[in-house]
Amino acid sequence: MSEEKMQKTKAKEPKKKDAGKVFLSELSKSSTTVTILAIISGLILGGLLVALTTEEVYTAPSFGEGLKVALQAVWKTYEALFTGAIGTPSKIVAALQSGDAEAIRRAFNPFFESLVASTPYIFAGLAVALGFRVGLFNIGAEGQIFIGALCAVTAGIYLKGLPHIIHVPLSMLAGALGGALWGFIPGILKAKTGAHEVINSIMMNYIAFRLSEFFLTGLLKDPDKFIPVSAKIEESAMLTRFFAHPIRFHSGFFIALLMALLVYILLFKTTWGFELRTVGANMNAARYAGMNIVVNTVIAMSLSGALAGMAGANEVLGINHNLAVAFSSGYGFDAIALALIGKSHPFGVILAALLFGFLRNGAVQMQLTAGIPIDIISILQAFILAFIAAPAIIRTIYRLKEPDFEEAGVKLSGWGGN
Amino acid sequence: MTTSTKQMNHGAFEYTSPTRQRTMGVVFLLIAVMVFGFFSRGLDTSLVTTFRMSPGGSDVVAPDWIIPSSIVINILGFICAALGAYQLVRGFKNWTNLVLGLVAAFFVFSFLTWAAAEQSLNLAGLINSSLIKAVPLTLGAMSGILCERSGVVNIAIEGMMLSGAFVATLVGSLTNIWIGLLAAVIFSGLLGLLHAVLSIKYKADQIISGTMINILATGMTSFFSAKFLQKYQQLNNPGRFPTWDIPGLSKIPFIGPILFSNNMFVYAMFVFIVVLTIALYYTRWGLRLRAVGEHPKAADTLGINVYRTRYVAVVMGGMMAGFGGAYFTLGSVGRFDEVMTAGRGFISLAAMIFGNFVPAGAFAAGTLFGFSDALASKLAILKVPIPSEFLLMAPYLVTMIVLAGVVGRTQVPAADGVPYEKE
Repeated sequence: MSEEKMQKTKAKEPKKKDAGKVFLSELSKSSTTVTILAIISGLILGGLLVALTTEEVYTAPSFGEGLKVALQAVWKTYEALFTGAIGTPSKIVAALQSGDAEAIRRAFNPFFESLVASTPYIFAGLAVALGFRVGLFNIGAEGQIFIGALCAVTAGIYLKGLPHIIHVPLSMLAGALGGALWGFIPGILKAKTGAHEVINSIMMNYIAFRLSEFFLTGLLKDPDKFIPVSAKIEESAMLTRFFAHPIRFHSGFFIALLMALLVYILLFKTTWGFELRTVGANMNAARYAGMNIVVNTVIAMSLSGALAGMAGANEVLGINHNLAVAFSSGYGFDAIALALIGKSHPFGVILAALLFGFLRNGAVQMQLTAGIPIDIISILQAFILAFIAAPAIIRTIYRLKEPDFEEAGVKLSGWGGN
Repeated sequence: MTTSTKQMNHGAFEYTSPTRQRTMGVVFLLIAVMVFGFFSRGLDTSLVTTFRMSPGGSDVVAPDWIIPSSIVINILGFICAALGAYQLVRGFKNWTNLVLGLVAAFFVFSFLTWAAAEQSLNLAGLINSSLIKAVPLTLGAMSGILCERSGVVNIAIEGMMLSGAFVATLVGSLTNIWIGLLAAVIFSGLLGLLHAVLSIKYKADQIISGTMINILATGMTSFFSAKFLQKYQQLNNPGRFPTWDIPGLSKIPFIGPILFSNNMFVYAMFVFIVVLTIALYYTRWGLRLRAVGEHPKAADTLGINVYRTRYVAVVMGGMMAGFGGAYFTLGSVGRFDEVMTAGRGFISLAAMIFGNFVPAGAFAAGTLFGFSDALASKLAILKVPIPSEFLLMAPYLVTMIVLAGVVGRTQVPAADGVPYEKE
């Protein structure tokens, strides 16, 4: 718990200088501090879990020996996580010295793979974050990802003879439209009947899974393959890759960054964005001010769905080049934790998505070299999410000061709608 | 949300608007048209449908039920049409939902008669597997009822059930199945406590807290399963609860093998339905619980401890989900597989809402969902030209339709999801 100690000493230090005192006091109140401490605490708890589940710890001859083994296991785990996510420094240096292009690409590949893993997270995180800003919980991102991928693959396969510059945006748009439809339905149901979007989007998730299963075993199935998988998309629909094999880094990453910028401008730099945020912050005030709740709810859910749909399109157009059953493996659900860690702000989402992408990619290496199941990433996410959802825990543990005013967190309605 | 005054009429004073009366009449007529159009048309009048009346493997024999397919379908179609016409002209008023259920049942039965024409369908087996598939859904939904009636949204049923399934397997393998079951109940109760602390004490958003528990449960169970259960197979072999025949009753033809020849979980589910109904509606505890879920401030004024009531309810909800989760391993397959609940916790949530936050309603909804699940696997055998994926979608579609208020609104506890702030 060295972080904890550091925090304490930091808090004690500035008794002489007023400016420093004020700065630290503000730092202590800041919600960013809470977020960072939540991530650190999550990693510490994850390390504890690794130590406790290492069998050799219990067979060690003495307590000191056991502690050593435990620390070694934790170190090995996080080292593998780091090298898996960023690359091995010694290998990078060696590759650069050798000057061999292939070797250099291989050395940098883990870093680029992490960016590749971050890309769908940015899209999906933006989707959930946009919903949160309007007071809506889009738990249906996973289903929207599937429908987005389904539509994008269909456009990628069946539109033929188009130039690259038209085919890619068109397929991406098809994915966005598919996702938008999947968000529109819970949106309109919420706006018109008050049916809660959480239940409806969960239901839409399962409908999406079944629907993609149906298409993959039927209309879209590649007849040459035994397993339910679609044919490959046309070359003109594939997102551009910037480097040769094995680096899969593609233009989707920059599209994702562009979307984040667009969402930022929409939410914070336009009147309409102000309206959307007002609906999220205080629906009654918004209604009183003459804002249209129905239209804003429907549009917000549709836009959110479109962003999630783009996550699916990004995966099939950029990486897989075809559609398989259960290809997404939880990007849409991870996006919930991610959006909360990013404070539902587009730029926060980018940072959180990078964190999740690096964790996810690093975890593969961790499983191979340290023998730690990849699922520990979910556990880390859950810990971090718990601390973010209840900041009072972090404030108590690290003796942080209470903020002057309670920052408006995510406010969602119960099933009854109040 | 936009609650218009029209939608606020509930329960005994429910008034059927003319629009709704007409809509329902048209729905009944449409169903009649579908019965004629899809099932009756083009069906050879000489065909018969054979329903087998004892589940496979049962030694209680019952004679097959053989009916002329075309005639039965036509009769049912006519009844639906007649009910639709009456609804349009006079209206069934307060009986509308009951008639809707009846028409839906006729539709399903004519579908079965059509699907199994010239073949045989094991009706007893179908009902039995619907009932068995309903067990985890009903138990999960009752977990939800306990929490939500006290005003705490529980979206974590999935995670609690998954943890219950895992703990039951692990502890059950190390000791015996009864202790495994107990451990599952206690562990999921602790998860309930975590949910309660986060959402009651720390006032975290209840949906986010529930999502957190789902992620945690998925991660933890998969982590430990990959690290230990796959390595030491003996830790993943708890055994199963045996089938108990209830003496006498299990020998009744048709009903006996379906209802009275099951394992402990099926009987326990029925006991819990009765106990929870009595507890909620006929005891002081239940009245207080519901009061806290409807109007916590009023309850507090009357001296009811809102926080304690909610803590107790959510922990009990967790225990109920743990019991339901243990079914997946100890009551069904006898081993743990990663993410084996496969979204049934979320369907439980749907069953809870569809069942109007009442135990018996949850059971009815759970059985309906179980039926569509059981039917989907039967259809493949009958070679019916309907993709099983669409049948599997049915529960989700039905839930969305119900939620949208087409069949009348469900009565959500008024303070559900709202953290209580004592003044």
